[in-house]
Amino acid sequence: MPVLPRSPSRPPFGSLAVIALVVAAGAGAFAYTAGWLSPGRLTPTRIVDSLAPKGGPALGYRRNHAKGICFTGVFESNGNGTQLSRAQVFAAGRYPALGRLNLGTPDPKAPDATVRVRGMGLQLSTPDGEVWRAAMIDPPFFPVATPTGFYELQMAAHSDDPNAIPAFAAGHPEFAAFGAWAKSAPWTASYAEDPFNSLNAFVFVDGGGAEHVVRWSLLPQAEVVPITEDALAKLGPDHLEAEIATRVAAAPQRWTMIVTVADPGDPTSDPSKAWPAGRRTVEVGTLVVDKIEAERDGPCRDINFDPTILPDGIRVSDDPFPAARSAAYARSYDLRTAEVKDYPYHLQSAAGGEK
Amino acid sequence: MTRGVETFTVLQRLLHWLMAVAIIAMLFIGVGMLSTVMPKYVPLLATHKTLGIAILVLALLRLVVRLRCGAPALPADLPLPMKLAAHLSHYALYALMIAMPLIGWAMMSAGAYPVVLYGGIRLPAILPQSDELHTLLWNAHSWLAFAFFALVVTHVAAALFHALVRRDGVFESMAPVPSRDAPAAAK
Repeated sequence: MPVLPRSPSRPPFGSLAVIALVVAAGAGAFAYTAGWLSPGRLTPTRIVDSLAPKGGPALGYRRNHAKGICFTGVFESNGNGTQLSRAQVFAAGRYPALGRLNLGTPDPKAPDATVRVRGMGLQLSTPDGEVWRAAMIDPPFFPVATPTGFYELQMAAHSDDPNAIPAFAAGHPEFAAFGAWAKSAPWTASYAEDPFNSLNAFVFVDGGGAEHVVRWSLLPQAEVVPITEDALAKLGPDHLEAEIATRVAAAPQRWTMIVTVADPGDPTSDPSKAWPAGRRTVEVGTLVVDKIEAERDGPCRDINFDPTILPDGIRVSDDPFPAARSAAYARSYDLRTAEVKDYPYHLQSAAGGEK
Repeated sequence: MTRGVETFTVLQRLLHWLMAVAIIAMLFIGVGMLSTVMPKYVPLLATHKTLGIAILVLALLRLVVRLRCGAPALPADLPLPMKLAAHLSHYALYALMIAMPLIGWAMMSAGAYPVVLYGGIRLPAILPQSDELHTLLWNAHSWLAFAFFALVVTHVAAALFHALVRRDGVFESMAPVPSRDAPAAAK
């Protein structure tokens, strides 16, 4: 028969204290893990919030690289990449590509000539069901060495203190190289003339299980016609989208994919440091963009170009950025998919429906 | 569905403790991964997905085992509100063990994310991409996770209350190893 409490007349304070302690410890550990006790922790939310312009984020849009235009095409793999990775995307063949040419700005209305960094989001799909997503930009190296540095750069860039950027640069010596690139690199009047670089290092795993730490680039096959910032500004605030649509309608546009293999000792964990010249490179194929798609409600809108979505045969390296970007991109995606009513297409269609 | 047995079967106890570890790990990984941008985010997310599907499989197995083997009757002298709370909380625990992985899987599907587990196991999408569904499922996954954690903490507190205060054999019926001096279990 059930045994009654030891002493019903005297509350078992000791036992109740043990229970209270266990509950408090559990709840405390949970709160700590969730970051509620660590306001200084760099979270995806803080990174994404740091990107927002003064007036707040553009609701419904990606929180960075908000201005862009979608495309579809194919990746023509020449088979050379199988030396480095067993991913099917490197076996000779043609694989569907979906991507987005974009400007590195949280403002979807930013005039083209006001944005120094351009990017490409890319998704390659293979018949084995694997998906490779990437998000690349056109500078040859990243402005900062660590995700914390990226957050501090956003804080400095949005600060009212005129000394914020100089102070940031003083604390982040790697930033000077980016500043020099931003000042001196030629502008172009077409996305088709821009290179796009992974910057982050990834590990390719070949068919024999050997690992190769690599970065990759998409180099334009179109002739590069340098142009000044002023001349680009005169072409209009949205020249790039109109130009690429016209250009692709006339002829498919191509980029050659080059994979660069690190030598032992190369800085694989720091995308602000380019690898020395002379590294082994393998030309693995060609990205052919043959259709410009609608940005609003087009096929890119639903895609988070998370750089950690990788096929078997590619994995993240010791570069800390892909993980940080994945965490932040997911936050951006969660936000914008919850703001669908604010996305212009839906506003227009709602307004149209009422007329 | 109850049988007048004193303890759960060995299989039920094994499933309970295996899942206890898995579910508590899952809840901590969930809140942990959403609050970090460190490299551990990638393996945490992969673990969360893999463990989630493992919990779904185990929960379905456990439900079948529970329907077949039943559960020991609660002590006859347990006050009615506590009996009611015990029954309701167990329904809620089973519902969450099965629903949470499905909601997470559906949420990934609605976000057009490939669902890839450790070992290269790829799961099909169970929903088409949808902003509205993604948001609804994300909110459900998040709020139900906090409810799940609260329920787990309450469950632990209740188990300790049975073990330390009431000493009525309820804890011993699910103890990882049968205790020789379990008062009620020994009858």
